[in-house]
Amino acid sequence: MTVTLVFIAMMMAIFGGWLFSHSINVRPWEAQPAGKSSRQMPVGVTASRVGLGVFLAVATSLFALTISAYLMRHDMGHDWQPLAVPGLLWWNSACLVLGSVALQAAWQAARREDARRLRRGLLMGGGFTIAFILGQALAWWQLQVAGVYLAANPANAFFFLLTALHALHLLGGLFAWSRSLFQLQQGATPRAVLPSIELCALYWHFLLVVWGILFALLLMT
Amino acid sequence: MAIAVAVIVLAMGSVLFFFVSPWYLTPLASNWGTIDDTIQITLWVTGAVFLAVNLFLAYVIIRYRFSRRRRSQYDPENKSLELWLTGLTTLGIAGLLAPGLVVWASFVSPPEDAHEVEVVGQQWHWSFRLPGEDGRFGAAHNRFIDDRNPFGMVDDPAGHDDILITAPHLLLPVDRPVKMVLRSKDVLHNVKVANFRAKMDMVPGQTSYFWFTPTVLGEYEIVCAQLCGIAHFAMRGRIEVVEQETFDAWLADQPTYAEFAALEPGDPEAGASGYTSCAACHGAEGQGNQDLNAPKLAGLDAWYLERQLELFRSGARGTHEDDTYGIQMRPFATMLPDRQAIADVAAYITTLPDQPLEATLDAGDPERGARRYRTCANCHGQQGEGIRATNGPRLAGMPDWYLRRQLQNFREGVRGRHREDPYGNQMVEMAQVLVDERAVNDVVAYIATLPQPAMTVAVVNAGDGEE
Amino acid sequence: MADHGQHSVPHAQAGEFDNMELVHPRTFLGKYVWSQDAKVIAIQYGITAIAIGLVALVLSILMRLQLGFPNTFSLIDPASYLQYVTMHGMIMVVYLLTALFLGAFGNYLIPLMCGARDMAFPYLNMLSYWFYLAAVLILMASFFVPGGATGAGWTLYPPQAISPGTPGIDGGILLMLASLSVFIAGFTMGGLNYVVTVLQARTRGMTLMRLPLTIWGIFMATVMALLAFPALLVAILMMLCDMLLGTSFFMPEMLNLGEHSIHEGGSPLLYQHLFWFFGHPEVYIVALPAFGIVSDILATHARKNIFGYRMMVWAIIIIAVLSFVVWAHHMFISGMNPYFGFLFATTTLIIAVPTAIKVYNWVLTLWRGNIRMTVPMLFAIGFIFTFVNGGLSGLFLGNVTVDVPLADTYFVVGHFHMVMAVAPVLVVFGAMYHWYPKITGRMLDDTLGKIHFWVTFLGTYAIFYPMHFMGFAGVPRRYYGYGETGYIADSMQALNAFMSVAAIIVALVQLVFFYNLVRSYFRGREAGPNPWQATTLEWQTEHTPPRHGNFGAELPVVYRWAYDYSVPGAKQDYLPQNMAPEEVERTDSTSDTRGRRTS
Repeated sequence: MTVTLVFIAMMMAIFGGWLFSHSINVRPWEAQPAGKSSRQMPVGVTASRVGLGVFLAVATSLFALTISAYLMRHDMGHDWQPLAVPGLLWWNSACLVLGSVALQAAWQAARREDARRLRRGLLMGGGFTIAFILGQALAWWQLQVAGVYLAANPANAFFFLLTALHALHLLGGLFAWSRSLFQLQQGATPRAVLPSIELCALYWHFLLVVWGILFALLLMT
Repeated sequence: MAIAVAVIVLAMGSVLFFFVSPWYLTPLASNWGTIDDTIQITLWVTGAVFLAVNLFLAYVIIRYRFSRRRRSQYDPENKSLELWLTGLTTLGIAGLLAPGLVVWASFVSPPEDAHEVEVVGQQWHWSFRLPGEDGRFGAAHNRFIDDRNPFGMVDDPAGHDDILITAPHLLLPVDRPVKMVLRSKDVLHNVKVANFRAKMDMVPGQTSYFWFTPTVLGEYEIVCAQLCGIAHFAMRGRIEVVEQETFDAWLADQPTYAEFAALEPGDPEAGASGYTSCAACHGAEGQGNQDLNAPKLAGLDAWYLERQLELFRSGARGTHEDDTYGIQMRPFATMLPDRQAIADVAAYITTLPDQPLEATLDAGDPERGARRYRTCANCHGQQGEGIRATNGPRLAGMPDWYLRRQLQNFREGVRGRHREDPYGNQMVEMAQVLVDERAVNDVVAYIATLPQPAMTVAVVNAGDGEE
Repeated sequence: MADHGQHSVPHAQAGEFDNMELVHPRTFLGKYVWSQDAKVIAIQYGITAIAIGLVALVLSILMRLQLGFPNTFSLIDPASYLQYVTMHGMIMVVYLLTALFLGAFGNYLIPLMCGARDMAFPYLNMLSYWFYLAAVLILMASFFVPGGATGAGWTLYPPQAISPGTPGIDGGILLMLASLSVFIAGFTMGGLNYVVTVLQARTRGMTLMRLPLTIWGIFMATVMALLAFPALLVAILMMLCDMLLGTSFFMPEMLNLGEHSIHEGGSPLLYQHLFWFFGHPEVYIVALPAFGIVSDILATHARKNIFGYRMMVWAIIIIAVLSFVVWAHHMFISGMNPYFGFLFATTTLIIAVPTAIKVYNWVLTLWRGNIRMTVPMLFAIGFIFTFVNGGLSGLFLGNVTVDVPLADTYFVVGHFHMVMAVAPVLVVFGAMYHWYPKITGRMLDDTLGKIHFWVTFLGTYAIFYPMHFMGFAGVPRRYYGYGETGYIADSMQALNAFMSVAAIIVALVQLVFFYNLVRSYFRGREAGPNPWQATTLEWQTEHTPPRHGNFGAELPVVYRWAYDYSVPGAKQDYLPQNMAPEEVERTDSTSDTRGRRTS
């Protein structure tokens, strides 16, 4: 559980520290005239960004716990037979990187209100992501054909579980992505879709980092 | 101010209840007096805090009850008071924790000279293994468990002299530390003897342990303290703490793995002659005879027959004064001289043709009985076919009048109460599920509807017989 | 006081939520069924949670009938008994208390108390409820599938949860796991909302340190739940794989009633770690909102500021953080590496310190107060007493050595019922009496409320206090019957019967409460906007009950914390949070300035 503990400790420490910094020198019982602004947070911190941040924290918790379980099961059982990670995964990883880059480009295009580049970035980002997911499915199929079955060994089971969890998160992202694309097709301006493009891009970067960690984990053990 | 009075009365009453109630720790029978000490310390500290906080609360409620002429005091915080309270609480907590950790340190480290006993848990039964003369356990694994090898012994020279105790009765020498090594065949269990204080879960796929030194001679009950399924509450056993000599003598009587494995299976041909005295009542083909109150035997498994014959022979069954027909059975069972004779007869009985039976009772409702039976199914099988692993004999195809009488006997403790009949004990507990006569009739009526394997097989057998 | 929200300050920079667009449906269905108004969603949550809670209450009575009068009721066989145990536990902990505190109270109070028009994401909020309802329905369906509901105990430990010998391994466990997954998905949507709303949508002047403790409790509980529920989700997914796909995450090589299983090498302890990594924070997810709410009830009805507000906030934060590093105290005798015991006993006992501080501060809030003995106040005092009892018995179980003889006995049952069943439920009742006037505009009946309180408070104590002594005597829990167990005294049966009778009485008196809820809705005394003369924003709304959008044309502006009761020099004995300093009427006499301000 060390991975999770370190993670939770870090999140809680940052959050707790932030709360303490807001409270340590406050004398709450003193009535004071209200400030000018009704903003509780700096301007850049919008509700949707905070919402995404909270969701990413939940997703991180989920992945961290699964990784913890992976490491614990690895240490506890005596039946662990490492599986040969299919080489295809390298190609898939490249796809995901490109998808992330494309969405980043789309985000920047949306900020510059460049509708053409925005659409191109968005389409490429989604395309690479779909390619990634299909690639993952192909990797599963390759493993099945090679006789590496899910139930045969905990290493296999974890491989399928981790990749499936990750792909599920991407599919959820693709749902948001398709909504933005749809709005754009309906003639929405880049500015109108900017918030959701921005969330998509951030979410993709997050899932890319998660994939990087998972991939490294699979390669190392 | 009823609430203040209530708080005072409840707080004082709770403490008083502690002193006057008859329910408290069972008499200690092990070295873990230190655990009791930590409980005592915690009781005193928490009791004092409990009284102090609640009496102060009651005082505050009375003293500061509502009055129109008064206003509350505006008092946002009081740093020194809060610091004092925090400090005192921390001290109190440390005072509780320190002795706890010290005792835990000894709890987790068994002494060098502790002898080892392996406890094996399974649904819903205990068994034990002791190392033989070499003082070492042979390797064992769930993978190798079968009817002939209930402990899952691996072919390991160290295991040949391991002593296997299949009955849930264990003897331990007094004043010798013992390390209990725990293993489970199926789900989680927890071996608990209240008087020893120590206990630990048994987890399939790994071993766990705890240790203690029994200090008081006597007999103690093992219960299961980790939910393990439907008969969790009926998973019982017994530990007797005896003098070293008694222990040694008992140990010498128990079979080693090598002896266990070498046991000859029953020989049906040899059993045929032994069966002649049974045939008078139970019929030449073991078909039973209701007029003589002799149940059908054909179709029962050898292990169950052997066990019952042993019980009759040793007097663990058929000795209760109300068990009229059991008493009649006893002399016949004692005619079998030894274990081998019993095994032979049992083996012979399994060769007898299993004829289907007609229902003789019509008192019960099989549909209602079906719901009752779901409890039984866990040990006796969904189809009443009997399960060796749970020690549940076959029920399907057995005479309903006999089943009804036995269920009544179990319910009333006429059968199964004997201390050397662990499965009977269990059945007494389980039979309580049938709360009245009607429930017994219903479940028996349902069992009568279960498919009798003989119905389909009988035709084939008949054909074989003619050839 | 409703007009305090009306003062607008010119040139104020508009916040993100000042003019949030609300969906104002016109149809009945849109208003009350597919509503996006947090208050309606709160009531939907509340009614659903209470309905399912009643099912769990009936289950507990069935259990008590078997324990008090064994072998009398042919309906209850060992399988049903275990199913009652399991479903009662799971429903009460997750589907009742979590949903009620966060879903119902969270939804109702967060926007109102923070001074927001609604939750940050109303649509998500609505979805959250429908997911919750689906989870409840799936759970209920498990009673009706072949084999019935699961009987694995609410902890659902493998292997037994999915192995023969346990009831409900066909459909029951599957539906339980499915229902929990749906619940977690729904909760994540709701939780996201609560956190973002508290962080982003507070009104002008409502700094974090001016938030009422209710919001602090709900907020931190939500943060914890968001981080802890994934542990349960991972455990569920892995168990489903073991069950349906034949993997061996948790399932070791074992026998299923004599047959070798297909599994190999899995670790049941891994599940327990994951489960309790969720399960222990879950205890505080239920407790922290209760802590917060009770603080506000005490302050309001004792006409006194909460004592040591900052300490109370920090205690909530510290408890929230620490509760993630104590989980293995549920596993002291689970067969895990026993050396973990040292670490987890220490962290567990450390968490007692901030908890104790909270108790002291509650009592010190009453100290030098002017206590109005209203029904909410009675429940709050009942809570303190019960919680002190349950908290102290926790010191037995958290201290690893003392836990050994007491674990898996009725001591545990007594402890957790005191601390996380009766105590929070008393707060729930207190909160209902407290906020019912705001929700409906009418007061609940006092006499009925007092009957309800006294029977519930004394009755639950009579049920659960004696259980500790059964625990000392070593009576194991989750037993269908005790038969002839040598070391269990026969008098224990009489005690069991007594507890069962008390349980039935307590269950029956809840009918009085429901009668009160319904009757008062139609015939209760008119409450007016602020019957308790409270300071927090929900009492300062223009309309009672508040309409969609909560506040009038302008959001209230906050000038002070939530605890300005009996402020020296002020004529009124409470100053609403949105009362500007210049609006405060001062007394001329000096006789009322006994109180001092430590500033």
